[in-house]
Amino acid sequence: MKPPPFEYHDPKTVDETLAILGRYGGEARLLAGGQSLMALLNFRLASPAALVDLNPVPELSYIREEGGQLRFGAMTRQRQIEFSPLVASRLPLMIEATRMVGHLPTRTRGTIGGSIAHADPAAEYPALVTALDGEMVLRSASGTRVVKPADFFKGFFTTAIAPGEMLVEVRIPVTPAHSGWAFEEFSRRHGDFAIVEIVTMLTVDNGRCTRARVAASGVGGAPVRLRPVEEILERDGVGERAIGEASARAAELVDPTSDLHASADYRRHLTRVLTRRALTRAALQVRGNN
Amino acid sequence: MAEPRKVSFKINGAVREGTTEPRKLLVDFIRDDLGLTGTHIGCEHGICGACTILFNGEAARSCLMLAVQADGAEITTVEGLAAPDGTLHPLQQAFWEHHALQCGFCTPGMLMAACDLLRVNPSPTEEEIRTGLSAVLCRCTGYQGIVDAVKAAADRMRSSN
Amino acid sequence: MAATQKWVGQPLKRTEDPRLLVGDGVFIADQLFPNLHHAAILRSPHAHARIRSIDASAALRLPGVVGIVTGQDAAKMTRPFAVGVRAPVKYYCMAVDKVRFVGEPVAVVVATNRYLAEDALDLIQVDYEPLSAVVDPERALAADAPLLHEEVGSNLACHRHIVYGDPDAAFADAEVVISERFVFPKYGSTPIETYGVVASFDRTSDVLTIHANFMGPFILHPITARALNLPENKLRLVVPPDIGGSFGIKTGIFPYMSLVGLAAMKTGVTVKWIEDRREHLLASSSGTDRIAYRELAARRDGTILAMRTRWYDNVGGYIRTPEPGCSFRPIGNWFGAYRFQHLEADANVVMTNKSLTGPNRGYACGHLYFEIERMVDLLAEKIGMDPAEVRRRNFIQPGEFPYRTPSGGLYDSGDYPAAFEKALELADYAGLRRSQEQARADGRLFGVGLAVAVDPSVSNMGYITVALDPEIRGRPGYLPKSGALEAATVKVDPLGRIIGVLGSAPQGQGHRTVVAQIIADELGIAPDDITIVDEMDTFTRVWGISSGTYSSRFGSVGTSAAALAARRLRDKLVRFASYLMEVPPESVVWSEGGAHHANNGQVLTLKDLAGRAHWDVESIPPGMEAGLEATAVFAFPEAKAPDLQDRVNSSNTYGFIAEVMAVEIDPDTAAIKILKYVTVHDAGEIINPAIVEGQIYGGALHGLGGALYEELAYDEQGQALAGSFMDYLVPTAHEAVKIDIAHVVSPSPFTTLGAKGLGESSSMTVPAVLANAVTDALKPLGVHIRELPITPSRLWHLMESARSKR
Ligand code: FES
Ligand code: FES
Repeated sequence: MKPPPFEYHDPKTVDETLAILGRYGGEARLLAGGQSLMALLNFRLASPAALVDLNPVPELSYIREEGGQLRFGAMTRQRQIEFSPLVASRLPLMIEATRMVGHLPTRTRGTIGGSIAHADPAAEYPALVTALDGEMVLRSASGTRVVKPADFFKGFFTTAIAPGEMLVEVRIPVTPAHSGWAFEEFSRRHGDFAIVEIVTMLTVDNGRCTRARVAASGVGGAPVRLRPVEEILERDGVGERAIGEASARAAELVDPTSDLHASADYRRHLTRVLTRRALTRAALQVRGNN
Repeated sequence: MAEPRKVSFKINGAVREGTTEPRKLLVDFIRDDLGLTGTHIGCEHGICGACTILFNGEAARSCLMLAVQADGAEITTVEGLAAPDGTLHPLQQAFWEHHALQCGFCTPGMLMAACDLLRVNPSPTEEEIRTGLSAVLCRCTGYQGIVDAVKAAADRMRSSN
Repeated sequence: MAATQKWVGQPLKRTEDPRLLVGDGVFIADQLFPNLHHAAILRSPHAHARIRSIDASAALRLPGVVGIVTGQDAAKMTRPFAVGVRAPVKYYCMAVDKVRFVGEPVAVVVATNRYLAEDALDLIQVDYEPLSAVVDPERALAADAPLLHEEVGSNLACHRHIVYGDPDAAFADAEVVISERFVFPKYGSTPIETYGVVASFDRTSDVLTIHANFMGPFILHPITARALNLPENKLRLVVPPDIGGSFGIKTGIFPYMSLVGLAAMKTGVTVKWIEDRREHLLASSSGTDRIAYRELAARRDGTILAMRTRWYDNVGGYIRTPEPGCSFRPIGNWFGAYRFQHLEADANVVMTNKSLTGPNRGYACGHLYFEIERMVDLLAEKIGMDPAEVRRRNFIQPGEFPYRTPSGGLYDSGDYPAAFEKALELADYAGLRRSQEQARADGRLFGVGLAVAVDPSVSNMGYITVALDPEIRGRPGYLPKSGALEAATVKVDPLGRIIGVLGSAPQGQGHRTVVAQIIADELGIAPDDITIVDEMDTFTRVWGISSGTYSSRFGSVGTSAAALAARRLRDKLVRFASYLMEVPPESVVWSEGGAHHANNGQVLTLKDLAGRAHWDVESIPPGMEAGLEATAVFAFPEAKAPDLQDRVNSSNTYGFIAEVMAVEIDPDTAAIKILKYVTVHDAGEIINPAIVEGQIYGGALHGLGGALYEELAYDEQGQALAGSFMDYLVPTAHEAVKIDIAHVVSPSPFTTLGAKGLGESSSMTVPAVLANAVTDALKPLGVHIRELPITPSRLWHLMESARSKR
């Protein structure tokens, strides 16, 4: 299994990258960490006219805090995130999620932007940005736009990135005070994409759940934010009863499909189980944090 | 067809250069152009880990990289693990003592992944070792010897530091 | 004069390891050859289709391409492989007029490098006429099922109905009858090193040399030669120094030896083909998927009286040798560890639009014990008896060995009750049952499973002919098939150093280490002083059709040959020394690497003797052959051809395995957690305990893979669903379990050292013990495991439907 022939470009800046993309008019592909695209090339499931390698573009690799968000350059390695003190202190949930992305040797090269742009329906980062209502910053020759997850993830391996456009930054709000969180996933083997995963962040102030965030992935073409579930928690709190009701609601909201690894019914059922587990863990933590 | 490109990087301490078609995989370049056949190929899609090398000191899949991307990098393969005088690396020694290999095909990738694992976590628990090693598949050993070996090597490396 | 055992029995570090640890192993992909070109194979995207035409002209024009092979070449230059059944199946090394499974080779491109060869594949145009496909072996026998091989007339490759004893009478007498249907999945051991072949044809000598990571059985050498229209002495088969695992799977490489050989003959260049993982998952080899029906007749006291069984083994698009071993390899141990005497077996070997099958670790025994051991548990449940007690009541007893099974197996030695009790004790079976009671009271799903197996090793090649009707085997002029042999040579160089030579094609079993241990003891020297060469080259080694490293042969047949050769050499050294010392041989004692004069203390060391024999040939006594070396060929006397009642000693040594497993099941996710796993093995004398332990761990994980994770799944249209390691789930270190291992030693009377094979080990028991443990855990719900792998999704559905019935 060897890649088909392609032109190779290694621009040093985003502007240069965009210029090259423009020249190929949709026939070029961006190469980030390569942990998915290289496999597709080796299988010859992708055969772009050109590869534009983002690895030599230093301006795409950073983690910084700004405007209540953590901002990640698209080429920030998953491994950098895993060991980032800033992420550990401002968004520990992301560390938990990162450790479930493949394995350490794949996180060495794998990037946050690559994972999000690839949009595997069961991948961890898309679920995380969806749950926490992050933002994707897209740039093209004509300018910059900021896209919310619900508009960004369009279905199986499909995103809002237009031809000639590229993902340059991912933004995720930092953890609010008085919060608890959990990332629950069920996979058949360690390091696999999940069959179902649930991400949650609960903020509880003075005994009231002021803000609930819950998303599920693995249950359809794109991760889904479960707003009605959040509403239950924001209304009824994070006690056992509310969590039970919220989990049942979660299962109703998703519309999974069947594949080799799990049936649709099982995925729906897991949605309920994992939502309950995630919420219970997050609620327990928030009690500890308060 | 894309123009061949020059590539030059340091591998196991020596600078090596070559010319390659951009699409050539790093693992093929290492094996075929440089003749370092210790790094193996087991899947070419990033799952088996047989091709794991240290890329700038960190474990990575060489089947998911292009040779041209290694330009200027520093790479270590299994051939570079032992000391120049031939003394085995503590991991190699422990693999030998704990019967951590049978056919030996997964072994180079396993060793490189274990190297990286112990670098980021010098005193891993058994659970952490298992999680770390799940990056590389072995079909012969049932992993127990490997887990024991990594534990033993960690102990030895800690006490000699 | 018995050698003192100083080295045999020790967990010596392996001599193989240093090379492998520093990256100096030499696997097939690492070897360099002159004039090397690379092949890529175009494979069928269809499960079943007629090939109307192939247009390779554009591919041929691609710079760097030196030749293309298609089915027309195969039809012209090769013959179909011999198959082990009467059905006239035409199995060529590539598709000729029809494709019969996804991944079947359709064309081969030879080019200056692999990248270019793959580019050329994209340029080949194949015009297919898709046909409807069938993947289920029972459905494939329906009158209206798509027919794979028109000349065969049905999809049934082989059918045998075999009866031992009088099962009808036993069933009529039974107080309890149980029946069940089982589904065993298609999975393969997927060695991390894939197949690799390098072929070159020498025009002047007409010799085709093939290097391949093939490990036997070498009966496939003449079969390959014949398919290539070559006399056997014009096909040289060389095995590389290292093979990256096989577990039986690499037996299935022989059609590719033929295909790449054909490419080399047609193009005139040296052709290398390294299989990629996708090709491996689509078209290498695997065990069969099987649908089996079993009935068991018993008395209420737990005595098993008889079984009846009918199965459908799915061998895929063509029946490939050594199939139908899937049905008959364990024939001698069809009765397992039990004393019942009556069995009716109806074996159906079926071709469908799936990939081809062959030996896979535990060859057919995983299927067998999954069925038998589930049945025994069902009996226990039915009569309300502890499953341990039911087994106890049916074991063959220690006084009965060697024990002849009704199907002709000759169990060489064993103490099944002792091994079984040891396993129960090690697991604290009574304690586990108490924990279970507590767990159930708490509403938890906790289960304990048991399984036992008779572990056959060293196949007697003769078993395969059971596929033929006795009527055919009884005809005058029929050449019976039998046997299991291996050769070894031990020689002394002019300075007294020892070299041991094998031709065993190991894939990680540590043969060099083990043989050095054996020779060291026989000659009274240290293993470090011995060099072992293990090279298989059909032009230079002594070999037979049964040669190779498969069916756990080495532990008994290979070690026996090595020990015999060393003994022969030692006897010669003693005779030589006695001549030089001018005393009768009885007055010379061999120890510590030298010949000792029994009375005067005179010693002639190996070095002394080698010096005399090599430098002063005149000193060799009259009548003694010059040269200090001995070759022994060890063959099992009990490896006989099947008789006309279909009785055959299908293997030559029979170990025993007893296992206990405790599991807990998450009632919400149906995830299975293994809490305890105990295995007790009786493999006779143990030569290197570290290597033995490694084999057990490895075997167990293969069993676990098949039981929980791995499946070469297909959809109804015959599309393969597991074409990558993303979908074919190999267990990692994270999924692997810790094992409590213990041994019982019943030396084999039939091997030189009393050792038995053990390479397949727990691969054959884990599916059974796990299914029993999970069923036991789910007793409160009444769920029975009948089908593997037990994926969480499947298990949850079983639990749900059981819950909804309550
Ligand atoms: S060959 Fe690179 S991960 Fe398998
Ligand atoms: S030792 Fe053979 S695959 Fe690991």
